Amino acid sequence: MVKLTINGRNIEVEAGTTILQAAEKMGVFVPTFCYDPQLSLVGACRMCVVEVEGARALVASCCTPAGEGMVVQTDTERVLTARRANLSLLLANHPLDCLTCEKAGNCRLQDYCYLYGIEKSEFSGEQKEFNLDDTNPFFVRDMNKCILCGLCVRTCHEINGAGAIEFIKRGFDSKVTPAFDDPLEKSSCVFCGMCTDVCPVGALTPRQGMGKGRSWDLDKVKTICPYCGTGCGLELFVKDNVVMGVQGDVDNPVNRGQTCVKGHFGVDFLSSPERLTTPLIRKDGVLVEASWTEALDLVASKLKEVKGTEIAGLASARVTNEENYLFQKLLRMLGTNSIDHCARL
Amino acid sequence: MTNSIGEIENAKAMLVIGSNTTDAHPVLGYRMRMAKRKGAALIVADPRRIELAEDADVFLQLRPGTNEALINGLINVIITEDLMDRDFIAARTEGYEAMAAAVAKYTPEYVAEITGVAADDIRKAARLYGGAETAAIFYTMGVTQHTSGTATVLTIANLAMLTGNMGKPSGGVNPLRGQNNVQGACDMGALPPVYTAYQAVANEENRAKFGQAWGAELSATPGLTVTEIMDGAMEGKVKALYIMGENPMLTDANLHHVAEALAKVEFLVVQDIFLTETAAKAHVVLPAAAFAEKSGTFSNTERRVQLLNQAVTPPGEAKADWEILQDLAQKLGFNWQYAEPWDIFDEITSLTPSYGGISYERLYVEGGLQWPCPTPEHPGTPILHGATFTRGKGLFSPVEYTPPAELTDGDYPLVLTTGRNLYHYHSGSMTHRSKAIEAHSPEELAQINLEDAARMGICDGDLVKLSSRRGELKTRVQLTDMVPPGVVFMTFHYKDAAVNLLTNDKLDPVAKIPELKVCAVKMEKSAS
Repeated sequence: MVKLTINGRNIEVEAGTTILQAAEKMGVFVPTFCYDPQLSLVGACRMCVVEVEGARALVASCCTPAGEGMVVQTDTERVLTARRANLSLLLANHPLDCLTCEKAGNCRLQDYCYLYGIEKSEFSGEQKEFNLDDTNPFFVRDMNKCILCGLCVRTCHEINGAGAIEFIKRGFDSKVTPAFDDPLEKSSCVFCGMCTDVCPVGALTPRQGMGKGRSWDLDKVKTICPYCGTGCGLELFVKDNVVMGVQGDVDNPVNRGQTCVKGHFGVDFLSSPERLTTPLIRKDGVLVEASWTEALDLVASKLKEVKGTEIAGLASARVTNEENYLFQKLLRMLGTNSIDHCARL
Repeated sequence: MTNSIGEIENAKAMLVIGSNTTDAHPVLGYRMRMAKRKGAALIVADPRRIELAEDADVFLQLRPGTNEALINGLINVIITEDLMDRDFIAARTEGYEAMAAAVAKYTPEYVAEITGVAADDIRKAARLYGGAETAAIFYTMGVTQHTSGTATVLTIANLAMLTGNMGKPSGGVNPLRGQNNVQGACDMGALPPVYTAYQAVANEENRAKFGQAWGAELSATPGLTVTEIMDGAMEGKVKALYIMGENPMLTDANLHHVAEALAKVEFLVVQDIFLTETAAKAHVVLPAAAFAEKSGTFSNTERRVQLLNQAVTPPGEAKADWEILQDLAQKLGFNWQYAEPWDIFDEITSLTPSYGGISYERLYVEGGLQWPCPTPEHPGTPILHGATFTRGKGLFSPVEYTPPAELTDGDYPLVLTTGRNLYHYHSGSMTHRSKAIEAHSPEELAQINLEDAARMGICDGDLVKLSSRRGELKTRVQLTDMVPPGVVFMTFHYKDAAVNLLTNDKLDPVAKIPELKVCAVKMEKSAS
């Protein structure tokens, strides 16, 4: 165990804990762009800098292990000046289209500029002019908004393993892009969407829900993915009774926020105009709309007409436990054990 | 899964057989690659050079339908080279001698003849698996959808027991379940011979217990499985069929047979969220709520029961399946009074020992719980078979190789195997109605090897006619080295190229699973 002091308060943490983790444990806020607990540490963005007594320079708290007897200050004037300069530099080359940006309200650059009072950059100079990559149907990449934190790159390599994107070029020309600067559709990208979840700014925007709701209008509901048997936790973004978007649920122990293309981008079938909205009964060979009473009366009477053992049912690997239970209960109460489902398919 | 998802990334060795994990279970595929990057050994056995094969230390590209021979070969090497766990075999298992005698003839050279895998690769794989401190096996339908599926699962269990890889973290035998709640549907007794938690219908005490709880006289007559239900419909033994949330008109083997069967049923009710190919044939269609429109629980592949939360209301007059079932039950004269899904869950837990300690309150507070979880104090069970197997000692089963039911011949010279792609899901009733996914992946592209294509003058993107003894279809093709010469791969996602028109409905004798992974087909270039 290691004892240190953060903002005048003592804390004891396990050896190997970073200053950032120790601060978080105490409930002390430290801003970050490039840090994610599931990814390797790069210390690139320098937003998390703190002052450590006796250290020559400010240190990046995300990748500095807490040391015995360390005295740390997270919000001295020197720290705040560094963070402001950092934000001012980022903002010098960032479109200020927050009025229409999908990320507004959920953007860390916006939040930190608000927090540290950066209205505009004190630097002026060249602006990036990259073409929008809107060649895929899942999300739009606007590299003019990218702050080069690298969360997407590390997520792609370290979580997914697809390794579809990397940094190219140096300095001002640096950019995150697939090999040969091709569009994503031509890369090894598998459109898991996890890069869009970790992006702290508006560089990666899912198409679903674009222009249909500000982040503060969306309710978040945690549930479980309807596709394969992994059972990933999803967070659904809901507005006006419509699911506007999906993100992996980082609190779910199964997937820890990880998703695939189906879970992330494949649930808009919910609001398909082809959804069944009323019972249908076949009359003269054609399925026509009917009331629930009419439909269920017909089903009940037909099920009563035949012997129990002449009834069979296919339950579903797609519906809930409660529903499967009731289905087999109902059929078995009617006298049949011919209940199966597509476990074999 | 005997083990848990969270253990995958810490695996020391992994054998992935008959599972295209990065497509069918992508998040688990991520975890396997994480383990690989941390130094785990990865053995991939699949007829196709799947994505995971690129990360493998040894890739065993076996002929479709030869899984059990390959596993027997691994066992043979492990015994010959004394890599087995003698203490585990002595303390925890029985039947070793008979199993060892059965695999004696499965030398790497003999297995190489059957599977087409080089003998040295079989040795290398056996050493990686057998030599690891712990090793996990992962499989899916590439193992089970064969007439020899049960045999292969038995010999996979042999392999895991032989090396003492049961009841340990990052080990075990891990079938990856394909559907969000296929585990739960099985757990809930949506299988003919069992009530919840696999309590046998044939057992009189069980019938009495459920009969008393439900206030009904319960039948002891054995029920029919999916394929037997279709046969029963053909023979007029099944007169009324109630299908909830399934689309056998695309997903079952030999679709012509399914279509005939459904046409013969006197009364067909289909309850679904879309007018699927199956629903279109129904006499009555009932509109159901989708996952985001209701609450309840799903049980995932690691036996974890998790809560669903309702996010939106169902469209129009659609209702949750449980509400529809309750309304119908009441019309049938049963006094069902469930106000909410948790009332049903309470009834389930009262009748289901392995779910006995799970409650909505616990799921809400603790997150998911893995069964068996028999009491409210029980933390759930991440790893099965820790101290003892369900039957006491683990039983080795001697397994012999049997070829697939349908082999290639002069008329049908190619092997067709089927599976999923990353983008679509099963019959696609959901994913085909997802704008982005459909835009990205709008049509079937059957995979054929470049050699076969060159011989037949077929180019990438050409339309071909594929036919089997049961049906024919047209599909565009993709030329690739993912499949070896002589093998064609198709997904079952596209109704315009419904591969199950071709597949063989010959069943595994025990599990009654059709041999969807191997049938013989011929291919002809098609003009339009």
